[in-house]
Amino acid sequence: MTFVAKPRVHHPKLPVNDLGLTRRDYEGPVSTLCAGCGHDSVSAAIVQACAELSLPPHKFAKISGIGCSSKTPSYFLSKSHGFNSVHGRMPSVATGANLANRELYCIGISGDGDTASIGLGQFAHIVRRRINMLYVVDNNGTYGLTKGQFSATNDKGSTSKKGQPNLYEPIDVVSLALQLGASFVARSFSGDKRQLVPLIKAGLMHKGFAFIDVISPCVAFNNHNGSTKSYDYVRGHSEAVMASDFFLPQDEITVDYDPGTSEEVRMPDGSMLRLHKLDDGFDVHDRVRALNYVQTHHSRGEVLTGLLYVDPNASDCHEILDTVQRPLNELDVAELCPGNDALQGINESFR
Amino acid sequence: MKATNIFDPNYFHKVVDCQWACPAHTPVPEYIRLIAQERYTEAYMLNWDSNVFPGILGRTCDRPCEPACRRVRTEEKPVAICRLKRVAADNKGEIDAYLPKVPTRKNGKKVALIGGGPASLAVARDLLPHGYEVHLFEKDPGGGGMMRSQIPAFRLPIEVLEEEVDRILDMGVITHFNHEITSMKSFLEAEDFDAVFVGTGAPRGRDLELPGRTEADAHVSIGIDWLSSVAFGHTTKIEGKVIVMGGGNTAMDCCRTAKRLGAESVTVVVRSAFEVMKASDWEKEDAMAEGIPIINNRPPKEFVHENGRLKGILFECVEPVEEDGRLKYVPSGEPDVFMEADHVLMAIGQENHCPWIERDLGIEFDKWDCPVLDEDTLQSSNPKIFFGGDSALGPENIIWASAHAHKAAISIHLYCQGRDLKADRPPEGVNLISQKMGVHEWSYDSAHDPAERYLVPHVELKKALSNIKTEVELGFDQALGAKEAQRCLNCDVQTVFTEKLCIECDACVDICPMDCITFTENTEEEALRIRLTAPAANLEQDLYVSEELGTGRVMVKDEDVCVHCGLCAERCPTNAWDMQKSVFHIPQLGSYAE
Repeated sequence: MTFVAKPRVHHPKLPVNDLGLTRRDYEGPVSTLCAGCGHDSVSAAIVQACAELSLPPHKFAKISGIGCSSKTPSYFLSKSHGFNSVHGRMPSVATGANLANRELYCIGISGDGDTASIGLGQFAHIVRRRINMLYVVDNNGTYGLTKGQFSATNDKGSTSKKGQPNLYEPIDVVSLALQLGASFVARSFSGDKRQLVPLIKAGLMHKGFAFIDVISPCVAFNNHNGSTKSYDYVRGHSEAVMASDFFLPQDEITVDYDPGTSEEVRMPDGSMLRLHKLDDGFDVHDRVRALNYVQTHHSRGEVLTGLLYVDPNASDCHEILDTVQRPLNELDVAELCPGNDALQGINESFR
Repeated sequence: MKATNIFDPNYFHKVVDCQWACPAHTPVPEYIRLIAQERYTEAYMLNWDSNVFPGILGRTCDRPCEPACRRVRTEEKPVAICRLKRVAADNKGEIDAYLPKVPTRKNGKKVALIGGGPASLAVARDLLPHGYEVHLFEKDPGGGGMMRSQIPAFRLPIEVLEEEVDRILDMGVITHFNHEITSMKSFLEAEDFDAVFVGTGAPRGRDLELPGRTEADAHVSIGIDWLSSVAFGHTTKIEGKVIVMGGGNTAMDCCRTAKRLGAESVTVVVRSAFEVMKASDWEKEDAMAEGIPIINNRPPKEFVHENGRLKGILFECVEPVEEDGRLKYVPSGEPDVFMEADHVLMAIGQENHCPWIERDLGIEFDKWDCPVLDEDTLQSSNPKIFFGGDSALGPENIIWASAHAHKAAISIHLYCQGRDLKADRPPEGVNLISQKMGVHEWSYDSAHDPAERYLVPHVELKKALSNIKTEVELGFDQALGAKEAQRCLNCDVQTVFTEKLCIECDACVDICPMDCITFTENTEEEALRIRLTAPAANLEQDLYVSEELGTGRVMVKDEDVCVHCGLCAERCPTNAWDMQKSVFHIPQLGSYAE
């Protein structure tokens, strides 16, 4: 824990975005997680992404469950809406929030326990329902808050800090998300902001359910030689399929790759995700092959990172349910409560 | 870039901008911390050790440290370093026990100091504890040199001056006051000194050759001579309208003194623009606050007189034009301006003047009439003669005299002991001491204080102007001093990085409030500076580059705007970052363990 508050003083040339805000305006109070926790880097990446996109902080709903990961929404976007919910139940609350106010950018922060253990059922269904949100898993393979037991994403054979091997097969949340119909699936590493920040930006702008599994080492309990989620292991075994750069509609496109290896993915708001293939055998629009690819690499002990699947024309829950176009809080009494005649009409239609 | 060698004493010294800018390299952050701890005596002694005249300098220093202060770059206004020095001096306790012991048995060597100003006094202080017999020759009746004769009492009370001058004289200087040396040749022949130190300052005020100057001579005074005659009580009033010509600190002292001595009106007229005036900003502000107008861009043309009786001065009107980054002055087209004056004080600069040193003594002089000296030793071309202060390198400030004196004292010592003046000098050095006291506990106040600079209270204007001996600045009291001390960023508590401990988790990058830290691929400095989290545009500030890390990247820290808050070390899980206090060893004669 850190007791020293981060001072407000900032670099004299700190850039100001279109809203007149600096990156520092998107921060929260100083983190109380262990020093060196990967989760803090994920928070910093979210801060950077939101600041660079010039998104208004008050237009965010950040929702989390329980765990180290789920504490982190306190540490970014302090001027936004937030809900620290029940363990494993973040998807329910996020679903409610998104249905009530479709104009908020919804960020769900969860951990490997919150998503793959107690919350596995809820996770499966929010993916199915295609809630328009960015769902981030801070995945460290361990239960840090309860002092380092293996979590459900911990690889079989990797060991605890004391050297005990894990006897169970891991749940791969990326494979689950692909299988259950997520329209944007990525994996990244907390120690690689160059990759993570564009993915967060694209995930925020994606219409539909965007999922990023971030390997985020636990320095206190799972950053040792027997771990497959340590800084060293991930750096030594990760393989990026894509390099991605995210551009706003007004941005000058600055990255130029060789033709044939790069692809542009337009976002609904006109922004653009430029993907640069690092691996020839990969197609970012082929869900089945992506699943296969992820599993193959996993069986070799490799961590596949980058954008793994995207469907730029996906639909979201609001479209599927044909809901009202405006947030519920903008509807007046007459719209919300159309009266007895309307009710009778509905009842009649079921007879 | 090559990895930074932090054991080079200059590397971290440069990070302590104030100490680096101070000619005497006073350990500023350390004494400010002592003031914050109400340890005024220790703070005073730390100052006394390096700059010799803390009470005097706390009121009169030109403060090269303040424009250098990192706070100028992070938030605009520097820490009031100079006035904090005064807080230490004003509140110190008994210091005798801390003073160096002077042996009663002398070492048999005799050293002469010519001139009784700050340079000579500081040399005396350094030499006396080593058993030298020190003789000081001064033309005036008391010690202090220009500190006594040129700095008015409303800026520097006589008690403060005498306390610090006498402290040195009382260490056993053999004084020869009212003793002007008029011939170096006969001095050297008559006396048998092992070494001679010349610290006679820059005693000649410049004059202007203009029409009417000679005829009006009775109504024109040279600024520093006039101030000196006021200081010694020979001049007690000035009447009528006074014009002060010149834009330096002497001009400011002249106009404020004239105002107190009863002038009907006082006006400062400067040939150049306001922004480029030599006077320190605060001296200009103080003069203007006393209702003295400063008129710029007016070079004088003629002293207008009637049969030798001064009527005033005719000024040309010019305007500054920037050409190749320098200001040039062209006629503005306005007609010449006549300004009435009964008395003119000329404060347009001063220079070295050594007509009493014959030019056949083996002491070479350059074309500006300055002695040719070895920069490192301050030895002249006559090996037993050394120079320091203004007489060495031209007009500077008191703090330079202290710095020169330490250098010269080492040289004189080595010379008298028959040792090599360069090879045997004590080396510079640096010690790094961890400030970690426990989990989240640092031995310094690491939190950043966003407070703005506190203003030094002044005495009421009417009271100030009524008596030339009333000190204008009241100084910070202890409470205000403690607040101002909190503004110091503790730049001497360094961020020290240990490569082999780093796991590249980015915690330091994420927490740094000033975006100083980047992990990136190494390359040439120019490219590296652009690639950082926040581009490092200030080329005067170094980059701290680590050895290659596990991922093949390096850690690069831009020292420019680091506020030394210690959050990088606080958030580092492996102690790869540590906050370590740098203590620099600035060579002084006391550095010898003799």
